[in-house]
Amino acid sequence: MSEAKPTIDLPHLANLARLNFDSDSSESARADLEKIIAMIDAMQAVNTEGVAPLSHPLDGAQRLRQDLVTETEQRDNFQSTAPATSEGYYLVPRVVD
Amino acid sequence: MPGIATLRAMSSALKNRVISSTELTQEHLATIAADKTNSFITVAKDSALAQAKRAEQMREQGSSHPLTGVPLAHKDIFCTKGITTTCGSRMLENFVAPYDAHVVALLNQAGMVTLGKTNMDEFAMGSSNESSHFGPVSNPWNMDKVPGGSSGGSAAAVAAGLVACATGTDTGGSIRQPAALCGITGLKPTYGRISRYGMIAFASSLDQAGPMTCDAEDAALMLSAMAGFDSKDSTSAQRQDAWLADFAEHGIPDLERPLKIGLPQEYYADLSNGSIIEAVQKTLAQQGHELVDVSLPHTQAAIPVYYVIAGAEASTNLSRYDGVRFGHRCENPQSLEDLYKRSRSEGFGDEVKRRILTGTYTLSVGYFDAYYIKAQQIRRLISEDFNNVFANVDVLLTPTSPTPAFSQGQLSDDPIAMYQQDLYTVPTSLAGLPALSMPCGFVDGLPVGAQLIAPAFREDVLLGLAAQYQKHSDWHLQRPNGFRVSKEWVA
Repeated sequence: MSEAKPTIDLPHLANLARLNFDSDSSESARADLEKIIAMIDAMQAVNTEGVAPLSHPLDGAQRLRQDLVTETEQRDNFQSTAPATSEGYYLVPRVVD
Repeated sequence: MPGIATLRAMSSALKNRVISSTELTQEHLATIAADKTNSFITVAKDSALAQAKRAEQMREQGSSHPLTGVPLAHKDIFCTKGITTTCGSRMLENFVAPYDAHVVALLNQAGMVTLGKTNMDEFAMGSSNESSHFGPVSNPWNMDKVPGGSSGGSAAAVAAGLVACATGTDTGGSIRQPAALCGITGLKPTYGRISRYGMIAFASSLDQAGPMTCDAEDAALMLSAMAGFDSKDSTSAQRQDAWLADFAEHGIPDLERPLKIGLPQEYYADLSNGSIIEAVQKTLAQQGHELVDVSLPHTQAAIPVYYVIAGAEASTNLSRYDGVRFGHRCENPQSLEDLYKRSRSEGFGDEVKRRILTGTYTLSVGYFDAYYIKAQQIRRLISEDFNNVFANVDVLLTPTSPTPAFSQGQLSDDPIAMYQQDLYTVPTSLAGLPALSMPCGFVDGLPVGAQLIAPAFREDVLLGLAAQYQKHSDWHLQRPNGFRVSKEWVA
């Protein structure tokens, strides 16, 4: 592609990815990402006109099954790995005052 | 250190009561305790001994499965009920899965003994095992060198004789490249051959589990125990390949006819150690196979395409780590936003963050078509390249990786150079094809691997050709410090 790419807006991307970077790590993350994107841009030279995207290596159809109950309730088992729970709920900081 | 032996040697020693599975497990645990490679993140001594006892009962009750009582190690990406599963990350440092991965359940049913969980690049993102939160792994051939990655702990453990077989996973080369760098045999089966259920997701359209073993015969035995349809994996393949059970029961049969072996010229262009792979070609030609030059014209685009697709899928898959339901949670979160951001920033290492950012960028508004769709289009072209050559040849022979094991720290500051390690393994992953790496020589005392690539679901061709090569070579039997792999159990 001929036009110059805009500089990567790292704070915006970090926010989308729910990651924090301090000023030092932000600069190195941005520099690394620029190098990675420049490497990736080499693929723009490939002519893909009329080529259908391949999203799955076997290019197969989604398998369907009967809508039957196959799992049993295991709330206690699954919540045993949670950082904080109360009465079967996951605890998070207050969202609504 | 006990003798290093194949899975089959241990299997017959157990069958003939030369050794009990408890004794065999104790010997392995003692060897692992003296290990200096950092191959293991968790050693599961108590549960291993309990499994060994159970295996003895299974054998007494007439179990004839060849793997009953044989020890193995799982890459720490497979969920194991009751044993910590870290995925090499601080994020999952204390995560004990409430269920077993399908692969783990199958091997437990066969009566195998899980010695522990092997070290790996964090979330399987890396080619050197240096991104692990639990420290780097040394290559047993030279402790200053990397073992490759991401299944570096599994590869080093087999090469060091800590275990005869370990599970691995391969997204862009993570079984084959460490197998090559450590001098062992590694098989990445066809996408869909082995269930992904309970295998922590990195890039779901690429991830595939497989065995890492001393030789092709052991790989066939493991594959038959690991493969099969699983309704819990929506991309699990429904196949009826009778050869899987036949290979496990009777060993790998001789090839029925000479093969036509393709040499993709794009894989030989920049090769610094060409004489080694040429020697493999010569050995195969002597067995009557015909070698022909072929071309896979979109090979150069594979690395960019892979890093778009794998990054996009990783950023999506790893959004589940939010500090709420499982995994690392920051101290004293001030808000939900703060909980997400600090938990993720503290829990993930640099390489994982790099991949998440790459995926976030290529999937973001305005870039989606230029990157993600474009990459998927080229993915089809790469897949069609393989279809075209497989119309004329049975199998492909290539180097597994561009170089032998590199020094620790050598590439860790240069992500782009690290990504080039995957040059010869990534195209196969994008096309979902099976590929096997087998030892084929040494450069400066470090092992080198040759890669065989077959059409989808033709692991039988890979295993047949590798077994034949291994009958006419002994690279796969060589181990560090002059040790050799024994095909008989030596008490």
